[in-house]
Order: sequence, then structure tokens, then C-alpha cells
Amino acid sequence: MLVLDRVSKTYPNGVQALARFSAEVSQGEIVAIIGGSGCGKSTLLRAVAGLDRASSGRVTLDSEAIAAPHAKIGIIFQEPRLLPWLSVADNIGFGLADLSAAERREKVARALARVGLADKAQAWPRELSGGQAQRVAIARALVPQPEVLLLDEPFSALDAFTRRDLQDHLLDLWADTRPTLILVTHDVDEAVALADRVLVMRPRPGRLFDQIEINLTRPRDRNAPLFENFKRSVLTSLDRSLDRNVPDRDATQGPGQAMWW
Amino acid sequence: MISDAPVLQQSSEPAESAAAPSRLSRYARPMLGLLLPLILALGWELVVWLGWSNGRLVPPPSRVFATIAELARSGELIRHIAATLWRVGLGFAFGVIAGTLLGAVSGYWSLARRLLDPTVQALRAIPSLAWVPLFILWLGIFETSKIVLIAVGVFFPVYLGVMGAILIVDRKIVEVGRTFRLSGFAMIRRILLPAVLPAYVVSLRVGLGLGWMFVVAAELIGASEGLGYLLLDGQQLGKPAQILAAIVIFAILGKLTDWLIEVAAAPFLRWQDAFGRTKGT
Repeated sequence: MLVLDRVSKTYPNGVQALARFSAEVSQGEIVAIIGGSGCGKSTLLRAVAGLDRASSGRVTLDSEAIAAPHAKIGIIFQEPRLLPWLSVADNIGFGLADLSAAERREKVARALARVGLADKAQAWPRELSGGQAQRVAIARALVPQPEVLLLDEPFSALDAFTRRDLQDHLLDLWADTRPTLILVTHDVDEAVALADRVLVMRPRPGRLFDQIEINLTRPRDRNAPLFENFKRSVLTSLDRSLDRNVPDRDATQGPGQAMWW
Repeated sequence: MISDAPVLQQSSEPAESAAAPSRLSRYARPMLGLLLPLILALGWELVVWLGWSNGRLVPPPSRVFATIAELARSGELIRHIAATLWRVGLGFAFGVIAGTLLGAVSGYWSLARRLLDPTVQALRAIPSLAWVPLFILWLGIFETSKIVLIAVGVFFPVYLGVMGAILIVDRKIVEVGRTFRLSGFAMIRRILLPAVLPAYVVSLRVGLGLGWMFVVAAELIGASEGLGYLLLDGQQLGKPAQILAAIVIFAILGKLTDWLIEVAAAPFLRWQDAFGRTKGT
């Protein structure tokens, strides 16, 4: 279980990006975090990844505190961030330095086949399309078999068709080992298509506003009326989160929620 | 495709029609660069041969090559080339080592950069030849002062190149290393080193160019052998053909050593997705 306990982040310039964010995510759950710009969703993800330290509060994975990048936590960024000097295969094997060469080769080959890029093993990253590059990034993050995979708007730079394709592909890969997925997105369709639960955040300072359970079985039909209903409720919540006249209502914020102004 | 590889592969492909022109252009293109100097040289040769000029101050190519051949026969040429190569080699090696170490420290460690960089930049602003009298006083007129002067010339571009390259390594790529929990050393070996390599190769080539420049300066000041000595000797004895011979050999050696760096680095830089790779195929 991944626990975020009153995580706050104030940048050195005094801007409070995140205020006492608390949430619990159980193993294998897919959680989407959605919110207006500047709501601190990327800050939150970086704190969970151990890339940035929270100013206060703590992140624990199976009661182990996360303060630095952790072997059980993988991350996929908005850009593929492949290492341009490594072939596609070597990029995927980047996190497997501890394994023997033979083991690494075998795992990489399996991952390549799994993301449908077996024929690109020896290609350079520059020779890939945007979607292919992001597939490699997904394979690179998944091949060490993390328990938690963080995704920071992973498909937002792709065209609509490729995005859907990769969303389905991600779910397909997720089903192999069922890691916990935490997906930061600004795409309501993506959140409802993938997540078991959508957390809506509101900005300035970034905090949790609402939670919406998506009780839909997978595979989900994006054209089903029920799917549309969920999308509408997420959208409504999102709209309300941006309306200053609507008070914070989520109990997990707890007392002592300080308004920074 | 943009890279060089497909061009190489094409010769083994059955499509003769596609292979033939690409093989032609593969050899023809470098030749294109020789066209202008060849025309100029032949033109001048012709002018002297026709008697329009006596070619005393600007000897025709044939006379320059005759001088080179003569020097080579007597064994002088090898001795001068060896002396110069030895100086450039040692000076380049010391300059590269010092530039790489200090550049890496300054690039990697901001405290060191604040301490070190202003001084290095101030020293860089001094025209390096201004050091010559001091070096001669300190280190004598013989090899040491020459090699140090060359090393100083090589040091600055390498230092700047390494430091600058480390400073602009993409934070996002470094973050990838962090998420895979690379230790400091692994981060340097697996992320920083490959990332700075292209800029490093460029700085080595610039440094080598300066090394060749400074060896001439050093040898003009006082030497009994070396290509620079040949230049000076040619001037004092009024032998322009010998000066031109030395210049031609400088050009050949400079180009050759530069090409060696390029060729040695090429296998490590095949991944580059840059403008230079995309043109001219």
C-alpha cells in the first residue's frame, strides 16, 4: 500500500505547490490525478518518485518511507527521455545493470516483443516516432517490475489516435504484473478510461478536492452511456474545483488546513 | 534515410542502378574539395612554366615538392617532423589532461566552479604568446618551455568545452539516471560522459588546432629542429620553397591528426541526431 500522509511542498520562492495532501492507494490500483494547471499534481508525483523531497508530510510504500528514488517505484515522464546514445534495446535494459548480460538480454527481448518493437531493437531513439519512443519508455520503466508505476502526463504529447492506442496498450501491460499505477493527467477521457479512482485536485495551493470511483469493468467501452456519465461527473467536479466560491469539502484534508494567503 | 549506414549498405544491394550513383558520390564528394587547390596549383605551375613569372618568391608546386623530396632524401624531413610531432603530442596530452580534469571539476561541482573559473577565465584573456618570455625565463629555451606553451594553448578550449558541456547536460536525462538510482560514479559513466562526448570531441579538435598554432610560435622563437625551424631557416636563407614545403607539411599533419580524432570518435557518436548528419547524402 502506498500512503501519502499530509504531503506539503513549498518552493524556496515561497510558493506553496502542495498543501497537506493525503491519500492511500492499494496495491494494483489505478489512480488518476486530475486538476487544473498549477494544482501541484506533478509536484505530488515527483515527491512520490523521490525526485523532490516534500517540505513536510511523508510518503510510504508498504510502510517504508520514500525520500529518494526507490527500486520498487518506476516513473514515466511526459517526454520519453530515452538516452540518445543507447540503442532501443539498451535503453530498455538501462535499469537492469545488476543482472547478468544474458538475463538482461532475455528480459529486454521479451519486453521489446511485448511492446511490439522487436524489429527496432538496434535502432537509435532518433529513428523512432513519438508513440514508439513512449512505448520504449514504458518498457524501460516496466522491465524492472516496479510495484508502483508513476506516469506524468505520459501521452499528452501524442496525437489522439496514438494516445488511445497507448492507453489501451498500457492497460494491457498493466495486466501482466498489476503494479499500482498513479497517472497524472489533464485528460478527463484518459482518466475515466484507465482509472479505478480519479482524484481531483484544486490549485493554489495544490490540494485534494474530490475523489470519484470509476465503477466500470474492463475493457471499457468509451462510447457507453455509463462511461459518458463518469466523464461528466469528473468534469463537473473539475469545474467546481476551479470555482473559488466552492469550499474544500474533502475530509482527508483534515483540520488545520491553512490558507496560505 | 539520413544516416551514413544505408549508403554503405547499398553497395551490397541488388539494385545496381541505385548503388552505382551513391558509390560514385561517395568518392566524388571528397574529391570536390580538392578541385580548387588543384586548379590554383596547376595554374601557377603553368604561369611559371610559360615564363610569365620567374616564381622566385612564390615557387611553383613542382619546386616545393622537389624541396620536400630533397629534405626527405637527406633524412632531415623526418627529423623535423618527429621533433614537431613530439612537441605537439606532449603539449596536447598535458593540455588535454589538465583541461579535462579542471573542466570536469568545474562543471560538476559548483563550488569549484566559483573558486576556479574566474581565475581561469582571467588567464584565458591573456594572449597566450605573452607567456613566452616568462616561460623562457622560467623553463629555459629548450623543450620544456615549448611544450608548456603548447599545453597552455590546448588547455583553454578543452577546459571550456568540458565545463560547458557538463553544464548543459539535459536535467531531464540526469533525472532518468536518478530514477534508476545511479550512484555518483555510475551517473558520470552512464549519463554525463556520453552526453558530453560530442562537445568534448569538438573541444579536442579545437585544442589540437591551437596546439599546431602554438608549436609554430614556439619553434619560431628558438629551435634547432622542427617544422617551425624550417620556416625560420627558409626565411633567413631566402628559400621560399622551403617555407612553403614546411607550410604544406603543417597542413597535411594538421589535417591528418584532426582526422584521426574524428575517426577515433566516430564510432561513439553514431547516435547523434544532428544537422551535420542530415546534409549531403
